[in-house]
Amino acid sequence: MALQSLDVKNQSARTSTPPTARRTPEVAKLVDVSRCIGCKACQSACMEWNDLRDVVGVQEGSYTSPPDLSDQSWTLMRFHEEERDGALQWLIFKDGCLHCEDPGCLRACPAPGAIVQYSNGIVDFHEEQCIGCGYCTAGCPFDVPRLSGRDSKVYKCTLCSDRVAVGLEPACIKSCPTGALHFGSKQDMLFEAEERLGDLRERGFTRAAVYDPRGVGGTHVIHLLPHGDRPEAYGLPARPKVGLVQRAWRSGLARGVGVATLAGVLVAGLLHYMRYGPLDVPPGDRPDGEVKP
Amino acid sequence: MEYSRRQFVKLAAGGLAGSSLAALGFSPARVLAEVREFKLARASETRNTCPYCSVGCGVILYGLGDKARNARTEIIHVEGDPDHPVNRGTLCPKGASLVDFIHSPHRLRFPEYRAPGEREFKRVTWDFAVQRIARLMKDDRDANFLQKAGDVTVNRWTSVAFLAASASSNEAGYITNKVIRALGMTALDNQARV
Repeated sequence: MALQSLDVKNQSARTSTPPTARRTPEVAKLVDVSRCIGCKACQSACMEWNDLRDVVGVQEGSYTSPPDLSDQSWTLMRFHEEERDGALQWLIFKDGCLHCEDPGCLRACPAPGAIVQYSNGIVDFHEEQCIGCGYCTAGCPFDVPRLSGRDSKVYKCTLCSDRVAVGLEPACIKSCPTGALHFGSKQDMLFEAEERLGDLRERGFTRAAVYDPRGVGGTHVIHLLPHGDRPEAYGLPARPKVGLVQRAWRSGLARGVGVATLAGVLVAGLLHYMRYGPLDVPPGDRPDGEVKP
Repeated sequence: MEYSRRQFVKLAAGGLAGSSLAALGFSPARVLAEVREFKLARASETRNTCPYCSVGCGVILYGLGDKARNARTEIIHVEGDPDHPVNRGTLCPKGASLVDFIHSPHRLRFPEYRAPGEREFKRVTWDFAVQRIARLMKDDRDANFLQKAGDVTVNRWTSVAFLAASASSNEAGYITNKVIRALGMTALDNQARV
């Protein structure tokens, strides 16, 4: 069974401690933005592998197509245009799930087992368990999960967990013709990113940086940004973190308070009943005017 | 089955307590987490060449079934061939979506013919198509074949051009050249520079 290769590290709304005895290597995808030409092969390969077909839209003045992530588009090339010092720059960015080490979506989800984090770092949605509340879309610091209008389930990139489970790389990684996408252990990807970072700095991109934000415990999709000092230019938050509500609402304290309140109400009701007995409705107050002896 | 009043109240209270506990998160059901089933586990693999441009990327066609006599194969997935020296597994967006090209309702599945003056294409047999092409080529060659230019023997046929495929093997390219040059055709082209 697939679970043997992908141990579950964490799952939404869990009530038991997940097994932690086994250690499996963490995987990561490296997106070398400086090598990306925006050909969208990754987008095609993603739709092909995951059996998705987005609607054919209309041109809206940008090469970003379709215009946004959706239940049918789990990865999307975003073409950010910016003018600096009189020169036009085209910042092409591969949008999609970053597979956080501390996922806000998982913390926000109230449906048991709808969001699962595997020990290799992949954060996977199980739509069968999804109740369509959309809390994960509010909990995600990167605005990635999309609630489907068709079936009221939330969808996002799975990092091709079905392929990784049998030892293959994700579909987008395999297709990338320029070598902008790499896949391997997180350690290897960080090493490769550092090496490439030196390259970029040598060539004048002195502010290039690796985007692996600490606020969400690091991610399993790491980006190498030529303009690393301004991740906002690529549509990435500078300091992403999981919101306080998402962190607190299923904590032991919050649940303790909830259970105590419920128990308090029950005990108070019982005491009230013992002290005052059942509600005595005067004969004239009965709605049907019925008088009982 | 019959309940006494007391039994009914007990049952109702038990049900309420159980559902309250489940609502509080003490659910008895184990929630199983499993990845999506790997869809190529027993699919049959066939190597091929991407039909689009002249780069000629190697692709693997994944077919449903094990090619047993009574199983009709259906291509369910196409991806790059990691052992192919040209692309080593990578593909462009068009190549990566080849499976839709294969199953496209607009794909030409048989020869069609639109007679001069007609508006519609009509389905014809391969025999008809091949014979008609041969007939027209022969007529044109008989009319326009140039045996000599001045005193020099040239054996040229310049009024017709031939467009060959780009994703051919060396052998297919060799045969194409042999046949076309033997006819005297000088304008032979393929899509080798897209």
